[in-house]
Amino acid sequence: MSKHEKIEKNIGLMGVLIAVVISFAGIIEIAPLMSQASVVEPVPGLKPRNPLQLAGQNIYVSEGCYNCHSQQVRPFVDETLRYGHYSVAGESVYDRPFQWGSKRTGPDLARVGGRYSNEWHEIHLMDPRSVVPTSNMPGYPWLAETPVDVEQTVASMKTLKMLGHPYSDKEIADAAASLTDKTQLDALVAYLQNLGTAMPRSYQ
Amino acid sequence: MSNFWHWTVIILVVAHIIAYLWLLFATSKKKVDKREDNTTGHVWDGDLREWDNPMPRWWLWLFVLTIVFALGYLYLYPGLGNFKGSKEWTSTDQFKTAYEANTEARNRSFAGFIDKPVEQLIKDENAMLIGKRIFSNNCALCHGSDAAGAVGFPNLTDNDWNWGGDYETIVTTITNGRAGVMPAFAPALGEDGAKQVAAYVRSLSGISHDANLASEGAQKFGMFCAACHGADAKGQDLFGAPNLTDNIWLHGSDAIIETALYEGLNGNMPAQKDILDENRIKLVAAYVYSLSQ
Repeated sequence: MSKHEKIEKNIGLMGVLIAVVISFAGIIEIAPLMSQASVVEPVPGLKPRNPLQLAGQNIYVSEGCYNCHSQQVRPFVDETLRYGHYSVAGESVYDRPFQWGSKRTGPDLARVGGRYSNEWHEIHLMDPRSVVPTSNMPGYPWLAETPVDVEQTVASMKTLKMLGHPYSDKEIADAAASLTDKTQLDALVAYLQNLGTAMPRSYQ
Repeated sequence: MSNFWHWTVIILVVAHIIAYLWLLFATSKKKVDKREDNTTGHVWDGDLREWDNPMPRWWLWLFVLTIVFALGYLYLYPGLGNFKGSKEWTSTDQFKTAYEANTEARNRSFAGFIDKPVEQLIKDENAMLIGKRIFSNNCALCHGSDAAGAVGFPNLTDNDWNWGGDYETIVTTITNGRAGVMPAFAPALGEDGAKQVAAYVRSLSGISHDANLASEGAQKFGMFCAACHGADAKGQDLFGAPNLTDNIWLHGSDAIIETALYEGLNGNMPAQKDILDENRIKLVAAYVYSLSQ
């Protein structure tokens, strides 16, 4: 029996060998990134989200905004003309889970912060077609009536701290107070207005 | 990349290429159990057998060609750890070149009209077409695709301006944005005062109001509101304070007047200078200017 026949007739052995071969690509392409500064270190000026923004991010995820919106300006001229400077890895180090996405039914949101006024966001989230008649985005009117989940947001901060986000104990202790009387709409708008603002928007 | 990963990547990549070459030539020469009928000896369904021919030469050389390509690629472009490649190519530089070429091409296409004074610019078909497109992509979300605005977002077609409607002012507004701030006057006016001033403001535009309340509001208007809106209530561009006598209402004309007095109002037009360059701001400003001419 030739050596190759041994592998062909032993599916378990073949599976292990295939896994070994494929993992080489992973070792070369993925593992070195874990120690590369441009990928794992925050861009200058990037701060972990404040409690209200963090609550907003959790709402962004739970409402499934990523199903239609990406948060990644790709390095193409036309995208940069529309959205601003292309995204860099160091902007996303405090996003857990990251929201880069790959589906763009709506526009990319990586640099939406400061692009529209708070009032516009509030109106638009309540009823998108009142400001953009051709929009096919659903309205989220209940966000204005639902208070922010304070307990969950504080728990979120504690978990993120364990994962290495530089929240101070004082920030966590003060979080609950800063969320008093805030609605989910306030939180989501605060989150959107913070997106992509750590870097200058302009490419030039 | 740390030295450890630098060398790990180089060693693994080079070892793979050598291993592929070895595999290729080792298997292309050696025949496994040569049989007389030149088959592998495998039989399926009783009569299906498999030829044991050498690999086609064209395929073999094509594989060699891919390896030659890989070696050339790894020499020219980054791929081996921290080695930058002889061309020192980076995606950042490629983007920069493409972006600069695009900017140049754009400015070239603007060259025919961009330096014209605005009165001629608004008569230039191409300039207005481009201006309208820039407007649709960047401004229509708030001001509407017809630029007629909505509650809270100014109408740009009616020649009623909060910050001034001459071309240079429109350019400034678009470039740097505007923040309109009306403070809350409830602490100063009290509930009755707010009702009186609201009635007076409505009377200025000649819409339904309580005449008694309005006459009492007139004096309070002079004390609290005239500083920004002017003694004649015709507004002042310097503060972005709207004209209150023309029956044009950015936020509506009913309860909102009282609400504004109680809670104040904040208007915010975001700056566009980081999104649009100077030339595109010029064109879109000329388009906006043209709408009320």
